[in-house]
Amino acid sequence: MKYRRIAMVAVMLVTAVLIQTVVLTRIPFPGATPDLVLLVALSIALVQGPTRGAIVCFSAGLLLDVVPPADGAVGRWALVLCLVGWFVGRASDAVEGSAGLPLLVVAGGVVASLVGYAAVGWLIGDARVTTSAVTGALPPAVLYDLLFSPFVVPVVMGLARKLEVTTTYARTVR
Amino acid sequence: MRDSRRTRGVLVVLVLVSLTLIALNGNSGPGRALRNGAGAVLGPVQRVAASAFRPIHSFFGGIGKNSQAQIDELQRQNDALRLAERASQYARCRAGELDALLHIAGLGQYPIKAAQVIAVGPRQGFAWTVEIDAGSIDGLAAGMTVINGDGLVGRVKTVSGSTSVVLLAIDPSFNVGARVEGTMEIAIAGGQGTDPMQVQMLSGQALLQPGDRMVTDTRAGSTFPGGIPIGTLLTVRGTVGSQARYATLQPFVNFTTIDLVGVILQHPRTDPRDTLLPPRPTAGAVPSSPACGSPSAASAAAGQPFPAPAPSPSATPGSVATPGPTRRPGSSPSAHTTASPTSSTGR
Repeated sequence: MKYRRIAMVAVMLVTAVLIQTVVLTRIPFPGATPDLVLLVALSIALVQGPTRGAIVCFSAGLLLDVVPPADGAVGRWALVLCLVGWFVGRASDAVEGSAGLPLLVVAGGVVASLVGYAAVGWLIGDARVTTSAVTGALPPAVLYDLLFSPFVVPVVMGLARKLEVTTTYARTVR
Repeated sequence: MRDSRRTRGVLVVLVLVSLTLIALNGNSGPGRALRNGAGAVLGPVQRVAASAFRPIHSFFGGIGKNSQAQIDELQRQNDALRLAERASQYARCRAGELDALLHIAGLGQYPIKAAQVIAVGPRQGFAWTVEIDAGSIDGLAAGMTVINGDGLVGRVKTVSGSTSVVLLAIDPSFNVGARVEGTMEIAIAGGQGTDPMQVQMLSGQALLQPGDRMVTDTRAGSTFPGGIPIGTLLTVRGTVGSQARYATLQPFVNFTTIDLVGVILQHPRTDPRDTLLPPRPTAGAVPSSPACGSPSAASAAAGQPFPAPAPSPSATPGSVATPGPTRRPGSSPSAHTTASPTSSTGR
């Protein structure tokens, strides 16, 4: 049952990456693109807790780092997202049963991830991370993510909870 | 709190793995291997997904490119007719793009491989890259030059079997040897993201003024074929005679709407010099006439006489006699020019 859960999470992440790279980035949103992968990974972390949250978000970050047309040092998204996923996962008990709190936590996670990614790029001396690039891309990216989150977060959290319930049930039956 | 020590242990391991990957850099070692693997596995999936979602893209592309009058007209029609109209609009637009690409490839004698953009890097990722649906099986290799009907798009960065990643000319890590139209003054042009490209002249004596146009140049150690239009100078800084002279450059290519591109498989035998530059714009007109612009813009571009190419023994009579870069498919001059790239591709 554990493998089924891992497979389901992998399918969700890969689907999100494909939709983000092939569909969302080709729609001319001004300024930036909605980070579907970020929303999906943080939503899963919010259900599965800090350990699995960190692993799921690390995997999502690694996918973002390597799936074309990604460029630059591999591991930047992975580093930022495993940290953010761990912190978001720690909030999983606190947001249980609330409708608004998960959105708030994911929003905080999205901002932390985008700022963190830019910061890591700046620290390793990426010439692309200029002030104008950051101030130009981050505000619209945060805006689109906040607009998308009410549609993405509850759905993904519901799916992740379903996985959790079935696996717990299987464990108790066995 | 669930099992806090184990949790922290996992986090520390993941952070260390990430840091190791970052330290090893994406352009070599395991990062490169991971990226090649992802390209090989997910590239074909992205290709299929891109063609499946093409109607969505054409929907948004159609909205952005329609004139208001056309939108009003379309709104009066029913849903099915409206969709059909958008689809044909898109097809016409793509035919126009292909026409412009073949025209520029034919004039420059570039053997090209036409390819379609299937994925774009997000802005918040800071890298200006796109993925195209042609790879090593199509004869592509890293470092090849990518153009479209308007001019220089970028260069191939990484190649997998059926897809490749193109580094766009506006990426801050992109540099190209360039020359001012009409003079032999050489310069290095580099990308600056959303800001205009930066140009550094190699000679302090270079005479420059805004509005001058630049093409690629093979001197200055450039790997790009010469003569590809890059853009128009916007501002010039520094006085004549100063050590370093800088200018900003507005590219001809609209990087937010690139769709159909051509990869130059082989350098032409001779530099086409300045013959590929678009006709001088009339007052008030945009320098780069978009292939999918309003009909009035297209006809204005077609009505302009093409600047007479420098007499060169290698230029085919057909390309010299071509009246202008008409972007309308089906008209006789374009049919005439499409003959030359076909012959040059066959070389």
